[in-house]
Amino acid sequence: MATVDSTVRAAAPAGRGVDVAAGIGPYRLGLRRLRRNKTALAFGALFLLIVVLCLCAPLYADHVAHTSPNANHVTDTVTVGGVRKDVVSPTGQPIGPTWQGRFLLGADQNGRDIAVRLLYGGRNSLEVGAVATLITMVLATLAGVVAGFFRGAVDGVIARFLDLIWAYPVVLLGIALGTSLALGGITIGPLEIQGNSLMVPAFIIGIVYIPYVAKPIRGQVLGLREQEFVDAARVGGAGPLRIMWSEILPNLSSTIVVFVPLMIANAILLEAALSYLGAGVQPPNPSWGTMISDGIRLIPSAMHLTFVPGVMLVLAVLGVNVFGDGVRDALDPRARVRIEDVQEQAEVQR
Amino acid sequence: MTRFVVRRLCSMALVLFAISVLTFLIFQAIPNGDPAQRMAGRLSSPETVAAIRRTWGFDDPLWQQYLTTMKKIFTGEVISYTQQVNVLDEIRKGLPATLSLAIGAGILWLVLGVLFGLLSAVRAGGLTDRGLTVLAMVGVSTPVFLLGAVALYFLAFKVQLFPNGGYVPLTQNPADWAYHMILPWLVLSVLYVGIYSRVLRSNMLDTMSDDFVRTARAKGISERRVLVRHVLRNSLIPIVSLWSLDFAAVIGGGAILTESVFNLQGVGQYAAESIQQLDVPPVMVIVMLGAFFVVVLSAVTDVLFALLDPRIRLT
Repeated sequence: MATVDSTVRAAAPAGRGVDVAAGIGPYRLGLRRLRRNKTALAFGALFLLIVVLCLCAPLYADHVAHTSPNANHVTDTVTVGGVRKDVVSPTGQPIGPTWQGRFLLGADQNGRDIAVRLLYGGRNSLEVGAVATLITMVLATLAGVVAGFFRGAVDGVIARFLDLIWAYPVVLLGIALGTSLALGGITIGPLEIQGNSLMVPAFIIGIVYIPYVAKPIRGQVLGLREQEFVDAARVGGAGPLRIMWSEILPNLSSTIVVFVPLMIANAILLEAALSYLGAGVQPPNPSWGTMISDGIRLIPSAMHLTFVPGVMLVLAVLGVNVFGDGVRDALDPRARVRIEDVQEQAEVQR
Repeated sequence: MTRFVVRRLCSMALVLFAISVLTFLIFQAIPNGDPAQRMAGRLSSPETVAAIRRTWGFDDPLWQQYLTTMKKIFTGEVISYTQQVNVLDEIRKGLPATLSLAIGAGILWLVLGVLFGLLSAVRAGGLTDRGLTVLAMVGVSTPVFLLGAVALYFLAFKVQLFPNGGYVPLTQNPADWAYHMILPWLVLSVLYVGIYSRVLRSNMLDTMSDDFVRTARAKGISERRVLVRHVLRNSLIPIVSLWSLDFAAVIGGGAILTESVFNLQGVGQYAAESIQQLDVPPVMVIVMLGAFFVVVLSAVTDVLFALLDPRIRLT
C-alpha cells in the first residue's frame, strides 16, 4: 500500500548501500522474488518464444516454406528423401511431417502447409487473446472501481449487470453472440467490424470474462475507499474522479498485473472452444482453435492435423499460466487474488 | 431466513427475465436472420414466406413476439423453428445423458479432489503435491475437447479399450451405460481434480496454523483426528461452495464441449446445434434452464452454509 511504503521509506536510513528490503518498492520486490522462481521464468520464456515465432510467420512463409497460409497445394508433389510424394494422395490423405523446409509439419486435406498455418494461426489466436484481455481488463476495472467507490444504487446496477453475464453459461453466451455477430458484424458508433473479422471473437471473449475480474476488483475497492489516504485526498479537495484515478487505481495495479496473464490464457482457450463450435475465428483465417477443430474430424487418418496445433496451444497456454502463477506469488504473496478461484470460474467453459 | 429466501427468489426472477430478453435480442439482431425465410427454403414464393410469417407471428412487434415465446415456454408448447418439434420433449430426451455426465463426473471430481488435496496437504512439498500442481496446470491449460479427442484416439481407436463415444441409456443396459460414460467422466474431471486439490491444500495449510488446531493438539488429540475433525472439516466449506457452482454449470448445459466431442447427444449438444441453425426457441429454453440451475444452486449453497457454519449470517 502506498501509504505504508512511503512512511517506511521515510523512516529508513537515507544512506546509500544500506540493504534493507523496506526501501524497495513493491514492484522491485516482486521482480526480485520472480527472478528467484526459475520455473516461472522458464515458462515465461517459452511463451515469449512462441509469440516471437508467430510474429515471424510471414518470414517463415516467404523464405522457408515458399507458400502462404491459405494457398492450396492439393495437386502438388514434394520430394522427401529423394522420393516424390503427393501433398494430398488421390484418396484425400494429406502428407504427414516431412521435417524439411516445405511442409515441415505436413499438410492438411486442402494441401495447405501446416507449419505456415500454425504460425499465422498462432498470430491470430494471440491477437484475439491480447485484444480480449485488454477489453476485459479496461471494462472490468472501470466497472469494479466505479461500483466499489460509489456503492449504493450505482453498485446495485453494475452488480445486477455482472450477475446477468455471470449466470449466463459462458460457452452458450459465447456461441450465441459469436454465431449472431459472425453473420452480421458489429457497429459500435463509427467503428464497423466485419463478421469474419478477428475482432468479433476478441470482443465476445472480452465481454464474457468481465464479471470474473470486476468482482474481485470491486471487493478490493470497497476496502481501499475506507483507507486514511483516501480521506486525506478528500480533505485536500480532490473530487471522486481524481480520487479514483490517482488514489484507488495505483493501489489496484498489482491485482491488475496478476490478472493479465491469467486472462490471456483463458481468452486463448475460449477462442479455441468457440472455434471448435464454429462460432470463433471464421475460415479461411487460421487459428489454433480452428485448426484443431478441422483436424478432429480426420483424427483417425491424419493425427498430425490435431496434434500439431494442439501441442502448440497447450504449450502457449501452459507457459503463460505458469508464468502468471509466478507473477502472482511474487506480487501478491498473501494471495488476495486467489488464482484458483478465478480459474475455477473462468473454466466454466467445459 | 424467510426474508433471505424471498429476496433471492426475486433477484433470481429478475436475472432469468434479463437473460431471456438478452437471448431474444441477440438473435433478433442478426441481419438476414429472418426465420420465416429460412423455414420456407431458398426457392419459396413471397406468399409462402408471408404465410409462415403470419402463422408464426413474426410480423408482430418485438415485445409481443417475446411475450408469445415466453408464454409458449411456460405452457410447454414451445416449438423449434428448424425441425418444428416440441423443444421440451427434445430437452427431455437429452437430459439423461447430461445428468449422467454431470452427476458421475461431479462425484468423481469431488471425491478425487478431496482425497488428493488431503494427501498433498499432509505431505506438502512431496511427490503427490508436485504431481498435483503439474496436473492442475496442465488441466487448466488444455481445452477439454482436445483432451477428449486425444483420449478417444488412443483409448478407443488405437487400443480399443473404450467405445468411440455415444450414449447408452441407463435403463437399457447399466453396464454398457457405465462403459460408455467412463471416458467422458474422466476427461471432464481431470481439470477439476487438479483445481480442487490445490484449493483444499492451500485451505488446509492455512487452517493448520490456526489457534484452535494448536489447542486441539495441546489437548492430546491424535494427529489423525486433528486433521480430519478439525482441519479438514473447516477447509471443506469453500470446496463445497465451488462444487455446487461447477455442478450447476455442468448440468445447465455447461458441458457442451465434452458432450460434443463424445457425441453424447445431451442438452448441451442440442444447444450448440440449435445455435448454429439460429434456432431461437431451444436456445432460450436451455439458456434459461442453465441460468436457473446456477442461480438456484448458489442460493441453496448459501442457505446450507448458514446451517453448517453458525458464523455465517444470511442477509
